[in-house]
Amino acid sequence: MKKDIVIIGGGPAGLSAAVAAHEQGITDILILERENALGGILNQCIHNGFGLHVFKEELTGPEYAQRYIDKIAELKIAAKLGTMVIDITRDLRVIALNETDGVLDIQAKAVVLAMGCRERPRGALNIPGYRPAGVFSAGTAQKYVNIDGYLPGREIVILGSGDIGLIMARRMTLEGAHVKMVCEILPYSGGLKRNIVQCLDDYGIPLRLSHTVTKIHGRERVEGVTVARVDANLKPIATSEEYVTCDTLMLSVGLIPENELSRKAGVALNPTTQGPLVNSHLETSIPGVFACGNVLHVHDLVDYVSEEAALAGKFAADHVKNKDTFGSGIAVSCGTGVRYTVPTTIIPDFNERTTTIRFRVDNVYHNHFVSVFFGGDRMYHKQKRILTPGEMEQVLLPKQWFANQPDTKTIRVMLEEE
Amino acid sequence: MRETKNLTCISCPLGCQLEVVVEDGKIVQIANYSCIRGKEYAEKEVLSPKRTITSILPVAGGDVPMVSVKTSEPIPKAKIGDCMRLLKDLKIVAPIEIGDVILANICDTGSDIVATKRVKRL
Repeated sequence: MKKDIVIIGGGPAGLSAAVAAHEQGITDILILERENALGGILNQCIHNGFGLHVFKEELTGPEYAQRYIDKIAELKIAAKLGTMVIDITRDLRVIALNETDGVLDIQAKAVVLAMGCRERPRGALNIPGYRPAGVFSAGTAQKYVNIDGYLPGREIVILGSGDIGLIMARRMTLEGAHVKMVCEILPYSGGLKRNIVQCLDDYGIPLRLSHTVTKIHGRERVEGVTVARVDANLKPIATSEEYVTCDTLMLSVGLIPENELSRKAGVALNPTTQGPLVNSHLETSIPGVFACGNVLHVHDLVDYVSEEAALAGKFAADHVKNKDTFGSGIAVSCGTGVRYTVPTTIIPDFNERTTTIRFRVDNVYHNHFVSVFFGGDRMYHKQKRILTPGEMEQVLLPKQWFANQPDTKTIRVMLEEE
Repeated sequence: MRETKNLTCISCPLGCQLEVVVEDGKIVQIANYSCIRGKEYAEKEVLSPKRTITSILPVAGGDVPMVSVKTSEPIPKAKIGDCMRLLKDLKIVAPIEIGDVILANICDTGSDIVATKRVKRL
């Protein structure tokens, strides 16, 4: 089979990329989705707060997904569900499997990686104890409750105060479970303030900052956990240990971009984000392979995923039409306080009005300036009252800057105190 | 009666710890806010806190077992418990479209319970 663009993943990133590519006149598109429905993780995110940027109204996850699914249907973009991609080659062959077609061997002109991310599991945390039933990642519990209609436990302790953990604290409480506490190893929560207030404070659920779970008790089913305060080096303080009875431990301890396919294909990855290294066209180290959404770097708002993915879809369509190849472009480096940037290289593009650099900071900063240097020249300098690792930041670089400074070899994003 | 309420502003990541003094149901003082959004949030949150509630309901005869629902408008925070108790006994039948009203004017809030997911009939 031959296709102009193959999109791997039918979640918010894949759907938006497909719509954008179609708008550029490329109609021979195929979306490959592992689940039996399009929409990805949005289907289980039944809470509201999605779409304020893209649709200018507040939607729930399933409603947000349906807008894109309807668009895909209207444009007659093909999608294969229940289909697992097992290989992508350097020459853009995509090998996939499903029950009706058997093995699919598709030659693409461009591939968009939109596989999303997965949750960090218990195994990544080294918590001692047996392997009883009742330890769930928050997203797994969310699927049990919201898709299947099961309540996975009644007495709950949540480890990690990421947004999924906070959302699940409220969800379990509303369904009649007792959420005893949320433990966060860091001295601050990575979750949105709105979720701290509306998911924990509203229901009187304590948030224990600088606390972690040091042991899981129970052989068949979780019977309790040991909770301890941690010191400045995040090491548990033995004397602070406390036993908390519960039948369920939920983990909300981070998300990891799902790049097994990319790695196998030889796509160069960024060790910080664990997503592909991309240029400003969201093209990976393999020409014709683009990446967007949570497989590229973990986002906090789906709206930004949709925006980023629309760019990836557009550039994938450009690639099919023009077979453009670009040099390495201008390197973007991380200065003080900046953990990573997407993209890591910029190809000055005078078709686009602006180039967006998205980044995250490495700590909580008050009243610091975000600065962007073109070589030695500071082009951007803006004070922010607060910068936190949990909030993705972005700067927009107008095309005039590139036109005015054609000899720029490096761009540096950093935080400055003044 | 004079009482002081402490709340966290949710308007931005700063999370200002607002202090609101209420006397006889009226706000007499708001402290520790650092922008107008904080002041407005404090007024709304203290005098009439409201929340959009989302949940799920079992569906008979659908292509999936559950349908997600929400309140069409935010409802008073104090009515969340009553609202959830009413939802507990609701049973609905596919097909369902996004926006279908499952239960009108829940707990006299003026807000309806509406479906947020499409469920096809099997």
